[in-house]
Amino acid sequence: MQAIDTGSTAWMLVSAALVLFMTPGLALFYAGMVRSKNALSTTMHSLFAMGLVSIIWALVGYTLAFGHDFGGIVGGLQAIGLGGVLGSVTGSGTAAIPTSVYVMYQGMFAIITVGLITGAIAERMKFKAYVVFATAWVILVYSPLAHWVWGGGWLMKLGALDFAGGTVVHIASASAALATAICLGRRKGYGTEELRPHNIPMSVLGAGILWFGWFGFNAGSALASGHLAGSAFMATHLSAAAGLLAWNLTEVLTGRKPTVLGAASGAVAGLVGITPAAGFVTPLAAIFIGLTCGVLCYFALRIKNRFGFDDALDVVGVHGIGGTTGALLTGIFASVAVNAAGANGLLFGGGPALLGKQAIGVVATIAFSFTMSFVILKLLDATMGLRVDPETEAMGLDVSEHSETAYEL
Amino acid sequence: MKKIEAIIKPHVLDEVKAALQQLGVTGMTAYEVKGFGRQKGHTEVYRGSEYTVDFVPKTKIELVVDDDIAPKVEQAIIDAARTGKIGDGKVFTSTIESAVRIRTGERGPEAL
Repeated sequence: MQAIDTGSTAWMLVSAALVLFMTPGLALFYAGMVRSKNALSTTMHSLFAMGLVSIIWALVGYTLAFGHDFGGIVGGLQAIGLGGVLGSVTGSGTAAIPTSVYVMYQGMFAIITVGLITGAIAERMKFKAYVVFATAWVILVYSPLAHWVWGGGWLMKLGALDFAGGTVVHIASASAALATAICLGRRKGYGTEELRPHNIPMSVLGAGILWFGWFGFNAGSALASGHLAGSAFMATHLSAAAGLLAWNLTEVLTGRKPTVLGAASGAVAGLVGITPAAGFVTPLAAIFIGLTCGVLCYFALRIKNRFGFDDALDVVGVHGIGGTTGALLTGIFASVAVNAAGANGLLFGGGPALLGKQAIGVVATIAFSFTMSFVILKLLDATMGLRVDPETEAMGLDVSEHSETAYEL
Repeated sequence: MKKIEAIIKPHVLDEVKAALQQLGVTGMTAYEVKGFGRQKGHTEVYRGSEYTVDFVPKTKIELVVDDDIAPKVEQAIIDAARTGKIGDGKVFTSTIESAVRIRTGERGPEAL
């Protein structure tokens, strides 16, 4: 067997576990924000993805994303069923790790990306339809996208930078979320009833777990242990902190109270924003990115009701706006002094070239994910139906879809 | 026999209970309720969206007492529950026709 670096292998094993842990964190974050009658159904969207997406990833997802490049669009089928993975090595030198670790690490990203979409389907989608949608989405949307950006596909060749998944994870999930919000329609009672969060402490715990797991997500995206992992870790933490402060500050400056859900949302906005940039920017740039995302996501949520889509838990507002902002700011703040494998952005003498490539990455991801998701959803709506009936929706999906209730009060 | 029902602010429940025990009242029932009166609700904000909460949390107490102490009970509740601010609540008194203690079959005031 080829030699591997034990330090990097240890860090990547831990990172894979950290990224997996984000998904139950997301389940808590989302479940706290729905009404108590849908707490379990919302939890289940994320939890079930841990089972479903893992198996799809092993069977076909990994090879479609990271198999030998096929026209810049998709990976080949060499590693179908993870054939040939055992005993092989990914990376070289101090970044040489077992391919098995790489497969698991990347698979955890696919899980959380599906989980993120579910914020938009909360409280009204049939569970069966969700399962079919998630299956199709991982194979037809996530795996090719991961190939474009990380697997040797056309965006990677173009030179667009996405350190940890600003496009593949956040913009892709937000675009799919927008498609689901449009195809499903608004929740019953939207605009007339109070669709209030039922358990904010649960959401705060979830946001805390997300923040913790994000160190594996971003610092792990160095794909090795060392300076780059350290700088990505630092950038991630500072951006989250800045996002938290920015959200609360914006609330106060616009005459509101500093809310707890706002602090948690601001931290997540900062984490989303730094995701594409984490391994390419200085600590001060990371703080700027966090501040910008905290403010922009706050205003995105303030104006979202004018658009009339019921993106129940704000996937578009936080992950779409935050992810896009982070991807574009990477084109401004990236510096080869931080990461020689990156490029110089607008502020570091690189001119507008990188910013242009970043914009292409953003637009391509939105167009691909939105269109594909929309088509999949329309097909499902015509065959099995996407939405529960109004009576079931009023009763809550915990009982109708899972025969359970979250609380005995 | 009189039934006295009072809607009070939740935080005065312990004072009201203590005042009634001093009068020799041996039992009461308390509920957590929500309602609205002249006191307006409040606004909650989640991720920038405002929600008006019209129903204010209150405590409702209910007890049945002998006719002779009913006015004293009513006054004790008023004294213990009054903060002087809007939303202090109301006390209602009505006449009860019969009462039975299930365990012994005692009837009327004996059953209280």
